Amino acid sequence: MTIRLLAATAILAASASLASAQQLAPSPTLDAVKARGNIECGVHLGLPGFSFADDKGEWTGLDVDYCKALAAAVLGDAKKVKFTPTSVQQRWPILQSGQVDLLARNSTITFSRNASLGLNFQGINFYEGQTFIVRKATNAKSAADLDGASVCVAAGSTEEKNASDWFLERNLKVTITNFQKNDDAIAAYDAGRCDAYTAGVGALAGQRVKLKVPGDHIILTQPISNDPQGPVTRWGDERWQLIVRWVLNGQIAAEMLGVTSANVDQMKASSKNSEVRRLLGAEGNFGAMMGLSNDWMYNVIKQVGNYGESFERTVGMGSTLKLERGQNQLWTKGGLLFTPPFQ
Amino acid sequence: MTKTLALLNDKRVRDVAYQVAVVVGLVGLTVFFVRNASENMVKAGIASGFDFLWRNSGIDVPFVLTDYTRADTILGLFWAGVANTMLVTVVAMVLATALGFLVGIARLSSHWLLSTLAGAYIEFVRNIPLLFFVLFWYFGVIAALPAPRDSVSVFGVAFLNNRGLTIPLPDAPANFRWALAAILLSWLAQWLVSLWARRRKDRTGQDAPMLTIGLVLIVLVPVLAVTWASLATRWDIPILRGFNYRGGFVVIPEFVALLAALVTYTAGFIAEIVRGGIQAVPHGQVEAASALGLRPGRTLRLVTIPQAMRVMIPPLTNQYLNVLKNSSFGAAIAYPDVVSLFMGSALNNTGQAIEIIAMTLAVYLVIGLAVSAFMNWYNARIALVTR
Repeated sequence: MTIRLLAATAILAASASLASAQQLAPSPTLDAVKARGNIECGVHLGLPGFSFADDKGEWTGLDVDYCKALAAAVLGDAKKVKFTPTSVQQRWPILQSGQVDLLARNSTITFSRNASLGLNFQGINFYEGQTFIVRKATNAKSAADLDGASVCVAAGSTEEKNASDWFLERNLKVTITNFQKNDDAIAAYDAGRCDAYTAGVGALAGQRVKLKVPGDHIILTQPISNDPQGPVTRWGDERWQLIVRWVLNGQIAAEMLGVTSANVDQMKASSKNSEVRRLLGAEGNFGAMMGLSNDWMYNVIKQVGNYGESFERTVGMGSTLKLERGQNQLWTKGGLLFTPPFQ
Repeated sequence: MTKTLALLNDKRVRDVAYQVAVVVGLVGLTVFFVRNASENMVKAGIASGFDFLWRNSGIDVPFVLTDYTRADTILGLFWAGVANTMLVTVVAMVLATALGFLVGIARLSSHWLLSTLAGAYIEFVRNIPLLFFVLFWYFGVIAALPAPRDSVSVFGVAFLNNRGLTIPLPDAPANFRWALAAILLSWLAQWLVSLWARRRKDRTGQDAPMLTIGLVLIVLVPVLAVTWASLATRWDIPILRGFNYRGGFVVIPEFVALLAALVTYTAGFIAEIVRGGIQAVPHGQVEAASALGLRPGRTLRLVTIPQAMRVMIPPLTNQYLNVLKNSSFGAAIAYPDVVSLFMGSALNNTGQAIEIIAMTLAVYLVIGLAVSAFMNWYNARIALVTR
């Protein structure tokens, strides 16, 4: 009897102490971010539409918006981001060595990057397809017309290998010249060193703005590959990965559920849809389950907007790039965007 | 006990002990760093080890000297990069030395315009960063050259445009190997004959017709050999089709730009070394030579330069090593050297930064030490022997 009583007290005491402590796995990255007061986000050196600093040093773009959304979720303020521009070569070491908390740098998800670089891709924020930009005067209509051409490309990018594989498969002879930076490659293309420059459709739309006479060039419409891109974290620190993944999912879910920056207050106060209520923290404690405040997604939508708003503003019709939603449309509207439910 | 004390106090024993301690410490430190790094990499999920060298490379290289193709391994890519680094380095060393000597001697000329121009060139070159030179030459070269359709044709077989200089390539190089062998043999013969002629002159005082022999062995035989090889080989002549010329071998503009940048830049420094070396020769030597009736040209060639060389070799070695290291600036303009190919493309594809950077370091270290060793040997050979 006494032994039973003792055991019962012990179990009770143990469960009480477990309940009182926060039942969260340690997250050194989240702790560091909170202590520092900002998120260090690795972005592209300068790609209009994705991550580009204007003459006042203000960063804009789809990837930049994602970093801001993460800051809004974690720190409650979308402005608390420090952007670290990285070249193609620098991006992985900078993330691996812990100099940035994540990369949002239109980088393609590939098997070997996932398996051997110690990187995890946390969802897809842009479905990219690789293609070519050529001078209109060449009359090339598709990549197959590029037999014999010289192609400028950034060394070590997925595009370098994709292009090489694609032309080899079709028995077309193409000279590929590999530059260390995207900007060097596009400058050399502009100077006439190459007949074509290759990158993703979105990236090319952004790069075209930088050419001397953008109207002289045409982006070939038919992509030769698909390159899903999204935020990247290093291995370890599961809770941080969870946050990075679900902020992106949250932005997509918000668009699905019709929550926008304009109606978010009203939705939070009066929506009868439980998923909306859970998303915005009116019901449940999803934020607390990750170590954030419960209005994490409310802050994101209020300050940055849902995925669709972000897209239109940075690369879509509200931007200079004028990209169609295409594959980057919600799956319910014929695109590929999808998120698991907030349940 | 006293024996141990005596040993401890023995200077030789202690010297050895210190050195052993330093070596053991160094080795221990290296082992610690390597183990630490590899343990942390395993934890972070980053692949390590050298297995990646045998993986398929899949990277196209526009300018290859080895028989590398994209189907080769990453190790093949590495050697292709090393070959390109060595090519541009060696050619730049030779040309920079020639240009540097010319400018350095011009700097000392009593002709005012010549010496001022040389001085201005040196000051200009020495005070401008190399990267600027590389980019200047690169965009200068591309901008100056025409598009493929308006190529400058050299006798209808070679074509110059902004994609490079396309030259015909022999279908089978066998004949050229024979030609090369013949040339080397005749040069060897020339060397032996001149050795024999000098001995004979020392012994008997008779001159041999060295000019004729030299012309035949050094010039005529190679010209004949190359002509024969060219005629006996089928050539792959470049033809304009579509975007560019097909066939032949392309000397890419990146090579030309990097070479021009390295040569013009390094020549400025070599010119100053040459000037310093020549001025280090006591003026009395020149006066003595002219008192003996030597004309200025011969004085320079026979009296001044041989003595100046002794002063010039050590700093010249530095410049050669700089050329080697500076060749890595090629990465800025897509010259496919070891930095661009291996530390750029391969590193990005495999992510194995530590291994790749260590191998690239080793390349520069090995080539650099070889250059130093050669220059030290040469320095010892021409050193003033005092008896």
